Amino acid sequence: MSTQLRGTDVVIVGLGAAGGVAALPLAEAGLSVVGLEAGTWLDQRDFAPDEIRNNYRDWPMLVKKAEQERPTSRATSATTANQIGGHPMMNAVGGTTLHYWAQSWRLNPWDFRLVSETTRRYGASRIPYGSTVEDWPFGYDELEPYYDRVERELGISGQAGNIRGNINSRGNRFEGPRERDFPMPPLRWTAFHDRMADAARSMGWSPFPGPAAINTETYQNRPGCGYHGFCNKGGCPINAKNATHITTIPRAVDTGNLKVVTRAHVTTLEVGTDGRVSGVNYVVGSNEYFQPAKVVLIASYTYENVRLLLLSKSRAYPDGLSNNHGQVGRHYFSHHQGAGVGALFPYDIGAWYGLPAQGVAVDDWADDNFDHSDLDFIGGGNLWAMSDRRPISAASMSTYGQGRNWGSAWKRFIHEHSDRTHGAYIQKTTLPYEDNYLDLDPQVTDPLGLPVIRITGQYKDNERAIAAFMQDKMEEWYREAGAIEVNRGGLGNTMGASTHAYGGTRMGDDSETNVVDRWGFSHEAPNLGVLGASVMGTSGARNPTLTSQALSWRTAAHLVESWTDIAE
Amino acid sequence: MTDSNGRRPAISRRDLLRTAGAAGAAALVPGAVAAVTEETPATPSPASTGEVQGQVGGSLPSEPAPFFARPLTNLTARETEILSAMVDRLIPSDEMGPGALEAGVIRYIDRALSEAESDAADAYRSGLAALDTYSRYTRGGPFIDLSTIDQDSVLIDVQIGAATGAGVGFVGGSGSFFNLVKSHTWQGMFGDPEYGGNVNFAGWDLLDYPGVRLRVSPEDQRRMEAGQLEPVRRSAYDYSIFE
Repeated sequence: MSTQLRGTDVVIVGLGAAGGVAALPLAEAGLSVVGLEAGTWLDQRDFAPDEIRNNYRDWPMLVKKAEQERPTSRATSATTANQIGGHPMMNAVGGTTLHYWAQSWRLNPWDFRLVSETTRRYGASRIPYGSTVEDWPFGYDELEPYYDRVERELGISGQAGNIRGNINSRGNRFEGPRERDFPMPPLRWTAFHDRMADAARSMGWSPFPGPAAINTETYQNRPGCGYHGFCNKGGCPINAKNATHITTIPRAVDTGNLKVVTRAHVTTLEVGTDGRVSGVNYVVGSNEYFQPAKVVLIASYTYENVRLLLLSKSRAYPDGLSNNHGQVGRHYFSHHQGAGVGALFPYDIGAWYGLPAQGVAVDDWADDNFDHSDLDFIGGGNLWAMSDRRPISAASMSTYGQGRNWGSAWKRFIHEHSDRTHGAYIQKTTLPYEDNYLDLDPQVTDPLGLPVIRITGQYKDNERAIAAFMQDKMEEWYREAGAIEVNRGGLGNTMGASTHAYGGTRMGDDSETNVVDRWGFSHEAPNLGVLGASVMGTSGARNPTLTSQALSWRTAAHLVESWTDIAE
Repeated sequence: MTDSNGRRPAISRRDLLRTAGAAGAAALVPGAVAAVTEETPATPSPASTGEVQGQVGGSLPSEPAPFFARPLTNLTARETEILSAMVDRLIPSDEMGPGALEAGVIRYIDRALSEAESDAADAYRSGLAALDTYSRYTRGGPFIDLSTIDQDSVLIDVQIGAATGAGVGFVGGSGSFFNLVKSHTWQGMFGDPEYGGNVNFAGWDLLDYPGVRLRVSPEDQRRMEAGQLEPVRRSAYDYSIFE
């Protein structure tokens, strides 16, 4: 039997990147907030620099909810979906911000107005066939104050390239204007980064250091980065990575208004006869609870946000909560981060220590920063030359055609080349399409017997054309920096489960094509809000987390301002 | 905090995390947010001093650390022989330095099969038997008795998925078995010595990896770029913060 708990003002489902941020403005405003988190608290003592555990086993997760409900995926609806691979997301207070790369980009202004800008510059026919992409309901300027706020609340390091229209060529000259500089200078560059930056400049490109939710000096009483080299899927043992479990969540707890419930596995949202959400059902072990709330914010990552809505069927919402327009699960896309490029250098590059958020970015071929008139695609990619090397992964490097990858000859090869390889990370504009979507898998369930999410998705001509174009640019860059061998991955096909999963509860003014309104609240159930990249309609060519956090702060701030309208 | 568990567990965190998946350990609670732990190495454990040599054949000597003090538990003597011969070809002992056997890869794999990699136990069982069968059918003898040249040619067949034939019995293709063993061999050779492999830091020395540090100063970085940074010979778990 379910235990009915005392009511609260707001329930947040999931205290990760998004929910962990939204909790703070709500708690500071005096609202009583319950944060339901499937995972547990972890701290710096759990974050040993251990490649076997971090990168080959299961990390120090004590709860593996995401792993047990990882989506199935298939390219098209004509095929059967398979549950292959692991799930990269983390169950813990702070969520995946505990072990993410912490790259904290703002989107480019173009990403908010992709349809109208493309139409204006090249004509409406250049929107790829079958794409359901829309302009965002607001522009970059609307989100700028929230970007600015979360950059300070969390602590983001970086080099500004555009402060109120004043361009600084040491930063990203293509970025949207920011009100002021980052709160901290960027992560340092190594000799290899300097070399890559020089190579970029010699080709007329504009290299700059990327932004990161990582301290570069003491900030909020926590130290600057130690560059220890285990940041990729590793937590920070010195608390220099600004995950929400050491930033916004403890500050919200300190107000006395946030109650954190760990090991709380939310199963469904309840709806009253009036069509409003009345609360949340969850289990802890074998105990069932119902938490009534005036407002429910779901912040449990794209797959779980969509899944919770589709599983929450009621008389008012027979096809799932807030799905009377059939839009839940639509406009889904996995960010195109594949189609990588690798290079072999004739010199050691000194990458044993460092982190994926430390490096050289080039945005000359991103977004609409270059003329697409004679190209067969819109959008582009962000070229990123970072530091990321650990012993097992280094020893697993490609031999670039120089013989077998084992045996005595290989031992000589790896001894000489272990620090001479580099892999580029290239994030690309990815669009939503009519036939790419999420729904419930008809066969595969989690241990509770509830269906998992099924991804039906395929990269289309536009994404593949960008990938090929960006691989050419990356190879040029590597060659300019002295690479002696370059290899390339495939251009991409099936959209698998991703750490950059967008859409499914898209934000927009039109309730016929969007699940939530411009503030992040349901068009159908007015006291239901959605947090996370599931509300984003475009990806840009950069990591989604900071945008999702800025949107979360904005949704929470709107809830505080409009409390009476939304909650009562 | 309003978490239901307010105290730290009495057993050590490394033991807790090791057993968490199976035992359902108590929730962990955060320490002071502002605490900055100094980089204080603890007394090195036997795992990292390199006094313990990897053994082949299932008869390890008695050792002081609890996670070492047991013989091979998953692999039979016969399987151990075949696997040892295989990993000895993947990473041989030669003039470049110790190979997989001296680095304790067999012990790493055997332990992994009791822990995080228990799902792979059947694949080892059937794969090692199939490797031996394929050797007998195609090279006229058990794998361990072949010349190293023949062993290598068998392993090339296995790697590229060509080790097929009636009764050979690689489940899911020989290539996936090869990749499984290679992946675990690389983990045992190049991973943290805490797990029983990388004895004497043989793997890290082969790569010239300068070791686990918690802070790397700009000067350390410059020294590394100049090839002048002295390696730290220490498991991550020898830092007191992670004990």
